[in-house]
Amino acid sequence: MPESILEAMRQSIIDGAPESALALAQTALTNSLDLLDAINHGFVPGMHQVGEQFAQHTMFLPDMMASAEAMRAAMQVLEPELKKQGAERAVAGTVVLGTTQGDIHEIGKTLVGTLLTAHGFKVYDLGVDVPSDKFATTALEVGADIVGVSALLTTTMRGQRNVIAALERQGLRPRVKIVVGGAPVTRRWAEEIGADGYGKDAAAAVTLMKSLMRTRELLPADARAD
Amino acid sequence: MKPKLELLDRALLDRILREAFTLLMEPGVKVGDPEAARLLLRAGARVEDGVAHIPELLARRALESAPREFFLYDRAGHKAVHYGGDDVHFDPGSSCLKILDADTLRPRLAQTADLVALIQVTEMLPQYAAQSTALVCSDVPSEIGDFYRLFLVLWHSSKPIVTGAFSGPTLQAMIDLLIADSGSSAALKEKPRAVFDVCPSPPLNWTDFAAYNLVTLARAGVPAELISMPLAGATGPVTLAGSVVQHAAESISGLTIHQLAEPGAPIVWGGAPAIFDMSSGGAPMGAIETAMLDLACAQVGKYFGLPTHAYLVASDSKLVDPQAAMESSMSAVLGALAGINMISGAGMLDSLACHSLEKLVIDAEAIASAQRLARGIEARTETLALGMFSQTGLHGDFLKLKETRALFRCEQHFPSTIIDRISRGENDDEALHDTFSRARQRVRELRSSYSPAVLSAETRTRLLGIAARETSLVGLAGLPGIEQTAPLLGI
Repeated sequence: MPESILEAMRQSIIDGAPESALALAQTALTNSLDLLDAINHGFVPGMHQVGEQFAQHTMFLPDMMASAEAMRAAMQVLEPELKKQGAERAVAGTVVLGTTQGDIHEIGKTLVGTLLTAHGFKVYDLGVDVPSDKFATTALEVGADIVGVSALLTTTMRGQRNVIAALERQGLRPRVKIVVGGAPVTRRWAEEIGADGYGKDAAAAVTLMKSLMRTRELLPADARAD
Repeated sequence: MKPKLELLDRALLDRILREAFTLLMEPGVKVGDPEAARLLLRAGARVEDGVAHIPELLARRALESAPREFFLYDRAGHKAVHYGGDDVHFDPGSSCLKILDADTLRPRLAQTADLVALIQVTEMLPQYAAQSTALVCSDVPSEIGDFYRLFLVLWHSSKPIVTGAFSGPTLQAMIDLLIADSGSSAALKEKPRAVFDVCPSPPLNWTDFAAYNLVTLARAGVPAELISMPLAGATGPVTLAGSVVQHAAESISGLTIHQLAEPGAPIVWGGAPAIFDMSSGGAPMGAIETAMLDLACAQVGKYFGLPTHAYLVASDSKLVDPQAAMESSMSAVLGALAGINMISGAGMLDSLACHSLEKLVIDAEAIASAQRLARGIEARTETLALGMFSQTGLHGDFLKLKETRALFRCEQHFPSTIIDRISRGENDDEALHDTFSRARQRVRELRSSYSPAVLSAETRTRLLGIAARETSLVGLAGLPGIEQTAPLLGI
């Protein structure tokens, strides 16, 4: 893959330009370029840069959202084709994400999903107002390593406890880790409800999930989902 | 619309001016400098026993000839400060003898290293459009204290400078420095880099040096900034309106001398008035009445269409504490809303007796907020909200809109790490860093990211030559605050 195309891919994400990202993904497709190369050395490093600039306060939430849109546009073209080729990229972990039942806030959860994707995770985003059992059944279906449950309100935060209960009912604990987040959520709350971790923001959530994946790799084989 | 704050209605403004013009005739104004007195006499003023009685017509002619605007330029020759209209700029307070030691929290006499640090921090903060000669350095002989601080600022900074001279001989040496920096006296006149504060002594006294200062600056084409400073209740009338009258009379008389020396020379209607504290006998710079005086005095200058200046954003607190933040933030907002062209005073504590780098960086945040407020609320989109609602419906997902990304940077000010807006979250037991600790860290970061000003070899040689000349007169060995002096001087 020519470096100039990889650079353009990185830049399309940094610029938050979905049209450019989409066009570049299609260029990769029509020219039979290495699609994994396009993702791992083109689009994903762009998202890494966005994350770094966000942490340094030189990029902000609207920039991050635009970059997420650009990333999504590229992946929508590339992922089906990769699947066809049987060449899915190495997955850092499989995460099911959603906002608790009764809660319709998705910005924080979507950001976490975007950053996770950029860091090589396979993300199943269930959206907002998700029933507890839906988290559990999806986790089972996709062989999730981690379930991430978001809540913005103190009232809906209690739904995080219900998700843990649903996972327990499905017999998925402890092989599926549970991470909670959202404005009212604290580490103390996470401990109280028996979650495996709490991320105070999107970047912290990614760091936490990477760390959980490392811990998980040390578990005995029979305790692992796959 | 841009918000605008005025404290004087037209009727009161008219009364202030009537009384100010009356004062110029009776009792008149003391004028110490013979050349200034001669200029006034020749133009039609009555001068008796060192007191000039200035007719209103003469004063009004001078007010007419003074320019309505001018610019200060940075080292690269770009316009960096616009003295005129309602443009607002800030610079650190000046001529301070002490600096707050951030470790001991006690004031100590400032040294050249402190001034260099202050210049570096100011250089890195966009909130300060200009440097000031902020500290008088105790490791430099007092005879050249004013000269040497300007030398250090020119050496370490590319921004315009608010400065001032302490004596006649050093005034000339400072002008020489500026000429050396600009390349020639014509270049300095065309693109002035510095403005000089000139202070009458209240009440109504243009001393020998102050009047000489005005005449010399006017003829050199170096902008002068009138700093009248009545102390309401002590060296000026106790009423705010009365002290504004005195300020106007002192400023108009100074401006008249200045314009007679060189009609059209750039001049600023500035000031540092304050109330007199009837309890402590001090001049509380953080008092709301002091800010009110500043605003009213500036309004009079604006009435004449002149560039304006005021002394705000200073505090009477001895520490960088909530009192300092409260007083400085309030007056930053007031000054910005009044559209005062240059607002000096940031960083200063203890009624202008002590400077603080930490306060300077905290004040920069208040200034940024004040500047945001002064820009006001604008209609940036064709419809204010309808267009955006047509995209989101009741879903309310505004964060994803193109408008959000395109406009949030001009709608919102993004503070530095001085301002902590992050939710405490789960860390109830964790010790947090307070504003002063964060300010200390920010000072370190700003200083480490400072890049030295880029001076041409010729400029360096010229500046060093004048510095060597002046320091040798007072027996100062070496040039504190300057690195690599010896090789550049060829000694």
